[in-house]
Amino acid sequence: MDPGVVDLSRLQFALTALYHFLFVPLTLGLSFMLVIMESVYVMTDRPIWKEITRFWGKLFGINFVLGVATGLTMEFQFGTNWSYFSHYVGDIFGAPLAIEGLMAFFLEATFVGIMFFAWERLSKVGHLAVTVLVALGTNLSALWILIANGWMQNPTGAAFNPETMRMEVTDFTAVLFNPIAQAKFVHTVSAGYVLASVVVLGVSAWYLLNGRFKAHAARSMTVASAFGLASALSVLVLGDESGYTLTDNQRMKLAAIEAEWHTEKAPAGLALFGIPDFAARKTHLEVKVPWVLGLIATRSLHGEVFGITELVRRAEERIGHGIAAYDAVERLKAAPADIKARADFEIHRNDLGYALLLKRIVDDPRKATPEQIAATAWDTVPSVPLMFWSFRVMAGIGFLMIALFALAFVLCSLRLHTRTPWFWKLCVAAIPLPWIAIELGWIVAEMGRQPWAIDGVLPTFLAPSSLSRTSLWITLVGFTALYGVLAVIEVRLMLAAIRHGPIDHRDEPQPAPGSLPATPMAA
Amino acid sequence: MELFDLQTLRVIWWLLLGVLLIGFALTDGYDLGVGALLPFVAKSDVERRMVINSVAPHWEGHQVWFILGGGAIFAAWPFVYAVSFSGFYLAMFVVLAALILRPVGFKYRSKKEDPAWRARWDWALFIGGFVPALVFGVAVGNVLLGIPFRLDSDLRAWYEGSFIGLFRPFALVCGLLSVSMLVTHGAAWLAVKVEEGPVPERARRIGSIAAIAAIALFALGGAMVAFGSMGYRVTGGDPFGPSNPLRSTTVPLSGGWLANYAAAPATLLAPLAGFAGALVALIGIRARRRWLAFGGSSLATIGIIATVGVSMFPFILPSSIDARSSLTVWNSSSSTTTLGIMLFVTVVLLPIVLVYTAWALNVMRGTVTSREIGINPDLY
Repeated sequence: MDPGVVDLSRLQFALTALYHFLFVPLTLGLSFMLVIMESVYVMTDRPIWKEITRFWGKLFGINFVLGVATGLTMEFQFGTNWSYFSHYVGDIFGAPLAIEGLMAFFLEATFVGIMFFAWERLSKVGHLAVTVLVALGTNLSALWILIANGWMQNPTGAAFNPETMRMEVTDFTAVLFNPIAQAKFVHTVSAGYVLASVVVLGVSAWYLLNGRFKAHAARSMTVASAFGLASALSVLVLGDESGYTLTDNQRMKLAAIEAEWHTEKAPAGLALFGIPDFAARKTHLEVKVPWVLGLIATRSLHGEVFGITELVRRAEERIGHGIAAYDAVERLKAAPADIKARADFEIHRNDLGYALLLKRIVDDPRKATPEQIAATAWDTVPSVPLMFWSFRVMAGIGFLMIALFALAFVLCSLRLHTRTPWFWKLCVAAIPLPWIAIELGWIVAEMGRQPWAIDGVLPTFLAPSSLSRTSLWITLVGFTALYGVLAVIEVRLMLAAIRHGPIDHRDEPQPAPGSLPATPMAA
Repeated sequence: MELFDLQTLRVIWWLLLGVLLIGFALTDGYDLGVGALLPFVAKSDVERRMVINSVAPHWEGHQVWFILGGGAIFAAWPFVYAVSFSGFYLAMFVVLAALILRPVGFKYRSKKEDPAWRARWDWALFIGGFVPALVFGVAVGNVLLGIPFRLDSDLRAWYEGSFIGLFRPFALVCGLLSVSMLVTHGAAWLAVKVEEGPVPERARRIGSIAAIAAIALFALGGAMVAFGSMGYRVTGGDPFGPSNPLRSTTVPLSGGWLANYAAAPATLLAPLAGFAGALVALIGIRARRRWLAFGGSSLATIGIIATVGVSMFPFILPSSIDARSSLTVWNSSSSTTTLGIMLFVTVVLLPIVLVYTAWALNVMRGTVTSREIGINPDLY
């Protein structure tokens, strides 16, 4: 493969996926908050709750369409840009994507239209049911795409078939109940709930700071504080750290996050700070809390957390086995009925992917020298400083969120939240933080998966389509330009809708007439 | 999951592929047609809003047929997913970029009253309707002609050919047929859904022209298939065998796309339905029988898509430069397990989807009126 094509394909995937995920978490969380707000409306029958629901619904709508628009690219990008990946694992990976369409996309997309257009055509309970189905649809979509992504991190329930030169399903239940996928799902949707709660909290606080829509803002804040606290705790407690001991590559990801160059005596300590140095294979100025990592990662006092050097040594062994598997596959290509080759393949099949790692430097892995094998084993280490710092910033923001929502929850419970301007400023300042944490979370998950597209199975550099650099530059520039323009429009519309506020009619009492939007808005 | 053998599952999934494409063309097809018609059938802002709101509550659900098409091809026909979308790389980019304009166009247009703002989104909605309709047709035309790809021994696909090379005369005929078919369908929908007045009048005028064009282009395309040197034939390979294209053999065969009609004359019903449907749509439009017109355009859509499938069976993606790399129903599917599981999931979920889609259309029943545009703040 042309390395330029590989890099451009990766860059395009990273940009489009990270961009898609600017909008998705708000959809995930806000849909459930709409359910809560509308339920209060249905139960209390007070019009203010309908105004609250419709206001946040309007923001939901502006955001939702960009999730759809950018999701379109994602659904087809595996085929357009990662065609060898698609061939190699489509037998497993395609199924959750198709089920996502059938079970989740139809549900959310069909009912989202009814949610916006049928306020007058449905009974109150009927409309609430529609809102519930939208929330269910968006969250089910997260479930299925994370089952697909979880399988890339832990490719369970599948095996390579030399006859079709691809991975095929052996146990679909294992794919469904993949513990990494389950942990990722809870972690990811909870993070989305936190983000939406921060947005509702921050925008409400901004209204209170400006003395506008106080009644709407105070009530929205109460919903956000309770929902946000529960979600922030769930992000942490049900974080996916527990999955990091399952496979060699997950262990490597954990070792890179912790910059643990060598296996420590159990229970391992957790690094709070440090400057990882790949060349020297050590971390400068490290500050460690003893025991904590061992406890979190292995849930025991004696479980070992493997270090990078030990995992590299293991990778080197697996490359050796992988070459034997690769040799067997090549013989089976020439003679599919070769029983001896088949037997050799069966012995080493789980390490085939490790031989493919060599293809970056040699065309035929069987001709690799011991030096090339040793160097390639070190390729299995993801970028340690990137992992170390991304994780720390993400986790740090996670703890800040818990503190913020704990405070919000206390203030709301004591009914002090309408009288604390310092707290309002804090809430407004917090708005960007969950986005930073969530994007870094994906960087940890996906950069930590490198050099693999499918952990231990298919190296990333073999996965792209055989395209030209020119084609890739055209689409990269095209998507960036289109997405850039849409981002500017979206943010402007969001801000305009927020400035306009939850009340449509000019005759409503307005405490601060000076802060009305300059341009009149259509509904 | 051993209810069906691999060969049967492959045929079922080939049929389901058709169901998905037809589901997409019947539902989102009229949304695309309405988008393409928008600047021509509606002049004032109220008229444009009537057109937009005739599809606004439902188009998003309809578009899922397209997304599901991608997912289902990935799951059931991984080779087809891998080869087609990367082989049509820039065409696919054009389609996606155009389709991306639709969700934002529908939602954002109404957010400001500025006429320039609205005019820009009207063009975005036009592009989002017209361009995909054209490119889908061009792509199908190229599939019928054969795609310039070959597979190496690792089953990695390599391509020759270019984006401009896609626009061959036959492919252009297919592209225009696709546009006229979906414009007929969209015009028929506008006549059903928008209150009587200038909008349905203009839609009828354009719809009649589009229906006549569809008949002519379908006939022209058929003649090119019959008399151009087009078609392929499977000469070897096992329909029960593993999904490995290199284990089967196919050859180009002039007139190969007519072989199925000769072997099973009942399959001629597909092109007949295409012609008859377009004719019924034309009659319905002229006679102001709105549902007859919509029924006709639906039948035409089903017939034309089925014609492509029947002509090519068992081929899905023939290769024009290396016939043995060609993807067929027998060599490019998923494993028995995956096809079985996905069949089960589809049989359970698809009827539920159809039920709530019908429910949603029923909730929003009735025509879009200029009066409602004036008073209902929920409309775009």
